[in-house]
Amino acid sequence: MAERAALEELVKLQGERVRGLKQQKASAELIEEEVAKLLKLKAQLGPDESKQKFVLKTPKGTRDYSPRQMAVREKVFDIIIRCFKRHGAEVIDTPVFELKETLMGKYGEDSKLIYDLKDQGGELLSLRYDLTVPFARYLAMNKLTNIKRYHIAKVYRRDNPAMTRGRYPEFYQWDFDIAGNFDPMIPDAECLKIMCEILSSLQIGDFLVKVNDRRILDGMFAICGVSDSKFRTICSSVDKLDKVSWEEVKNEMVGEKGLAPEVADRIGDYVQQHGGVSLVEQLLQDPKLSQNKQALEGLGDLKLLFEYLTLFGIDDKISFDLSLARGLDYYTGVIYEAVLLQTPAQAGEEPLGVGSVAAGGRYDGLVGMFDPKGRKVPCVGLSIGVERIFSIVEQRLEALEEKIRTTETQVLVASAQKKLLEERLKLVSELWDAGIKAELLYKKNPKLLNQLQYCEEAGIPLVAIIGEQELKDGVIKLRSVTSREEVDVRREDLVEEIKRRTGQPLCIC
Amino acid sequence: MAERAALEELVKLQGERVRGLKQQKASAELIEEEVAKLLKLKAQLGPDESKQKFVLKTPKGTRDYSPRQMAVREKVFDIIIRCFKRHGAEVIDTPVFELKETLMGKYGEDSKLIYDLKDQGGELLSLRYDLTVPFARYLAMNKLTNIKRYHIAKVYRRDNPAMTRGRYREFYQCDFDIAGNFDPMIPDAECLKIMCEILSSLQIGDFLVKVNDRRILDGMFAICGVSDSKFRTICSSVDKLDKVTTQAVLLQTPAQAGEEPLGVGSVAAGGRYDGLVGMFDPKGRKVPCVGLSIGVERIFSIVEQRLEALEEKIRTTETQVLVASAQKKLLEERLKLVSELWDAGIKAELLYKKNPKLLNQLQYCEEAGIPLVAIIGEQELKDGVIKLRSVTSREEVREVAEDLKSGQNRAFNFYYGTTPFSYKAQEA
Repeated sequence: MAERAALEELVKLQGERVRGLKQQKASAELIEEEVAKLLKLKAQLGPDESKQKFVLKTPKGTRDYSPRQMAVREKVFDIIIRCFKRHGAEVIDTPVFELKETLMGKYGEDSKLIYDLKDQGGELLSLRYDLTVPFARYLAMNKLTNIKRYHIAKVYRRDNPAMTRGRYPEFYQWDFDIAGNFDPMIPDAECLKIMCEILSSLQIGDFLVKVNDRRILDGMFAICGVSDSKFRTICSSVDKLDKVSWEEVKNEMVGEKGLAPEVADRIGDYVQQHGGVSLVEQLLQDPKLSQNKQALEGLGDLKLLFEYLTLFGIDDKISFDLSLARGLDYYTGVIYEAVLLQTPAQAGEEPLGVGSVAAGGRYDGLVGMFDPKGRKVPCVGLSIGVERIFSIVEQRLEALEEKIRTTETQVLVASAQKKLLEERLKLVSELWDAGIKAELLYKKNPKLLNQLQYCEEAGIPLVAIIGEQELKDGVIKLRSVTSREEVDVRREDLVEEIKRRTGQPLCIC
Repeated sequence: MAERAALEELVKLQGERVRGLKQQKASAELIEEEVAKLLKLKAQLGPDESKQKFVLKTPKGTRDYSPRQMAVREKVFDIIIRCFKRHGAEVIDTPVFELKETLMGKYGEDSKLIYDLKDQGGELLSLRYDLTVPFARYLAMNKLTNIKRYHIAKVYRRDNPAMTRGRYREFYQCDFDIAGNFDPMIPDAECLKIMCEILSSLQIGDFLVKVNDRRILDGMFAICGVSDSKFRTICSSVDKLDKVTTQAVLLQTPAQAGEEPLGVGSVAAGGRYDGLVGMFDPKGRKVPCVGLSIGVERIFSIVEQRLEALEEKIRTTETQVLVASAQKKLLEERLKLVSELWDAGIKAELLYKKNPKLLNQLQYCEEAGIPLVAIIGEQELKDGVIKLRSVTSREEVREVAEDLKSGQNRAFNFYYGTTPFSYKAQEA
């Protein structure tokens, strides 16, 4: 150990010697000689154990958000949160991990995608897979019977990320849910209204909201001859109809899942239908379907839902689609999914927009699974697929070559000559104290040109230039960075002038 | 399996029978008899495997944030973020976990407090322990030589939590750092200016910022005769601060009525750490950094306590108006009106009842702090007006329906955006 320490010290000293020689611009031969000595010493030391060789990266499939990406994210979040608040939602937050037992048994086949924490001698924990199960846990834990809440947070899934399609192991979910025993379909309608408001405000293109009902699906499968035990697995096959053809889905049901071909055909007759409220009425008259109690309930609720959606002015965006089956186990009633309609790809843009951007439904049984007495709290909600939306918005901005600002700085405090740092520090401090967003370069004597360049790169609109003569005259030169127009402003009027130009209210309240 | 299913069905039917008898108020002996049968059947079934017995809780050392706590949190973050933005900081975000090797060797003795993820066949991962090491990794990875950034996110430590003193295993950190080669002490001074601005704006009491320098400490220990090897244990600060160190503490104010003296202690800290990024850079290139970290969890506790002491009502929603109905069968009208208000950007709600009582609707407004209620009534519908009522003053103004929807309404504009809360951020 002591030997190694001594060697390390020698290497350090020799390294300093080499650096010193280079700085002094010593002769090339001398430097080469000393460098050779240094390399010999290093070779004696052997591999550097303290500097582990590792590639600088984030975990597979995850990513940092750069300031630019954060600026996009902030804009998107702002639009979505405004909408939730407009509808009177409260907000909650939960821990990133839950007790493993809380998440067990809630996600069916998807459970294998949950990240577990290592058993380090304490409780067994897992990273949350969604925000719905934590919500149900929160309701049961606090014995709440009703709440309208939104929750924005990252969730974790050990998928195989396909990063260009906007799917990651760590991604944001935006959930809005209404829990409580209310008159039928009113909260369900509000959820759909919110979904439409958000997707319209985001301006990411035309969209369609598909609506179906678990009871209609179950009833339909029953009358087609699907056995109880095959319900869930046939559901997940039917759900693929938005991505693959009916032939492929039928092959999967018959070939892999052991369904009789004539049963599959009967299913095919139903699931390929979609339409508006007239389809609901048509099915209510369907001789076979109308014999099934579950299907009737579902159809009745959908009819009522369409009435409310018409009053909300969004019925033209809704399509009753019998192939919508959604993967998760806990939906018990109405289910819905919003998809972007494929617009002709704009110049340079990948057709990224296809696929679900929001989804949800009614899940009346989940909270009861947590409550010790099995007390039910009916819930209906929606989840926005933010990551996909980020990708789309980012792409759009790139295509438009829009410059995204990553700071909100309004004015740079600059100096025209040397030895004016003190003045800059005093002035920038006054501006901060007045609530103005201001910066200065961290240089004692920066060149004016560099300070102006800094403003251009960062998109800072104004620069307040301190100069020796102006100081004597008691003024500051206020310049617009883009137009280059300059005006002398009295020191005592500067704050007001900046606020006027940046559209800020004059009073601090 | 089929036997169990049949038994479960019997239990269910018998349970329904018992419930039915109770509803019909059958004789006590009959009910008792049927209940006994039910219990016998249940005993045959054995323990219920599907309903796992577990206590409803969050993991040790973690907690949910209720709407009320979120309202406090939002106001605190708002003040802090305004300040960071005022100073021209960008913002970044990093994943909640890092490669285990990224975190290894950076925290000394504290490394045992890191949460590891289970080896599930992929990379070995750990939850981030702070925001500084991810920041250094970000700089090195993107070969950045300068940036001024803030980062607000939760970090994870397998500490022994003392939740009453505001210490958790999952908690927020709020970091601001200036990285880059600049003229001495200017960025350092700005960090201290930011610390003071934030603590003043939060209005949590008088504070003092203590400043020192690691080089002064080391020099002092040396001349006092402390051996090299004892340096780090003598000052138990984090290894990575190698130059200027700062710490902001709240000064003990005489405890106000009913208030626990919670306010003492560090609420922010920081310093200069020029060597960290070099540990990540393959060529050991250094990027000097100076920064600060705000102890937000402690601040949340203090603010919550203050509000409780003042008995201030914290609103958890921003709803401006409830759309109500005075008589039955007006749901359609309510749905239409609330939809028009939403489309006009007004924050509005309605009760999810077909025929709610007016009193209940008014009570809902009072509990939630909603300032206005727009009441639809049969007569008013015929006259084309809506009754707009202030919930607190109970003043009523008959309004033309069109004005209400467009928000062109003096009562409306007066209340627009008002959220009663004692904290007013200093901001233009």
